[in-house]
Amino acid sequence: MFNYAKLMKFLLPLVLFFLISFFLWKGLQQDPHQLPSQLIGQKVPAFQLAELLHEKQMMTPQIFQGHITLLNIWATWCANCETEHPVLNTLAQNKNIQFIGLNYKDDRKAAKLFLNANGNPYQKIIVDDQGTFAIDLGVYGAPETFLIDQQGIIRYRHIGPLTTTIWDKEFAPLITQLEKE
Amino acid sequence: MKFRLNLVILSLCFWCIFANAQDIYNFANNEQQKTFNYLTENLRCLVCQNQNLADSNASLAKDLRRQIYQQILQGQSTAEIQHYLVSRYGDFILFKPPLNITTLVLWFAPFALLLFGLGILLLIIKKHRHINSAKMTLS
Repeated sequence: MFNYAKLMKFLLPLVLFFLISFFLWKGLQQDPHQLPSQLIGQKVPAFQLAELLHEKQMMTPQIFQGHITLLNIWATWCANCETEHPVLNTLAQNKNIQFIGLNYKDDRKAAKLFLNANGNPYQKIIVDDQGTFAIDLGVYGAPETFLIDQQGIIRYRHIGPLTTTIWDKEFAPLITQLEKE
Repeated sequence: MKFRLNLVILSLCFWCIFANAQDIYNFANNEQQKTFNYLTENLRCLVCQNQNLADSNASLAKDLRRQIYQQILQGQSTAEIQHYLVSRYGDFILFKPPLNITTLVLWFAPFALLLFGLGILLLIIKKHRHINSAKMTLS
């Protein structure tokens, strides 16, 4: 009986210490800005917005039907979008994927100038001046990138600039899986 | 003269009370104003995550305040507006997390720890009583 109590006295703080250390260590590894999207597995919310380069053209979720789509939220005021842009230009050479841009709370003129200077990876660009569609998508920090399947369902969301490492690790396996479906 | 100058300086100090990040919104009644204040003070700004929507100057916080304002005018309830935001941004937007399976530990761990501590305290007290009573009988 006495031995048991002594053992507990020694073991309990030790176990507690390791438990707390484990959770604190786990907490250090987490990026509080990487929140899971609430919309994974759901259809892209409804919208009806103009196209940046063809202003008379109205865009609706119809554009996602039948394509694997990368929806990239960007703006000229967003410095990280500029860093990300060359990566998008390279990735856009993959013709199996439809690249759609969402120009988020931006100046249309500035956006066009930016694309002229830096290249345009997008097949179509949705203009969201007011940021209302972005709110429906749960966007809180540009750049963000959504992977949308052939049925218009959101499969993955990445927050922050895309890199080739993230692409190879997170997007590429999902895309090969989608191509098989 | 000096007194007056002090008064001016003093009054300037209180200006900051009226300064906050909010835009001017007009409400039909006090109830709506209260709902707006409650919601913006209890929802997290997702850009600067330790600020609430009322205090944040981030452009997303402004948009969300406008969205909340419009929904209040449309007659949506507090719960409906909260649901609208949670379905887009997740529970993380709430400063007071809801009670569900994933937050069970979060809600009850403090009480469990409290009970644990009380248990240890009781054990120690019991032991000391034992020692003390042993000493008493010795003396």
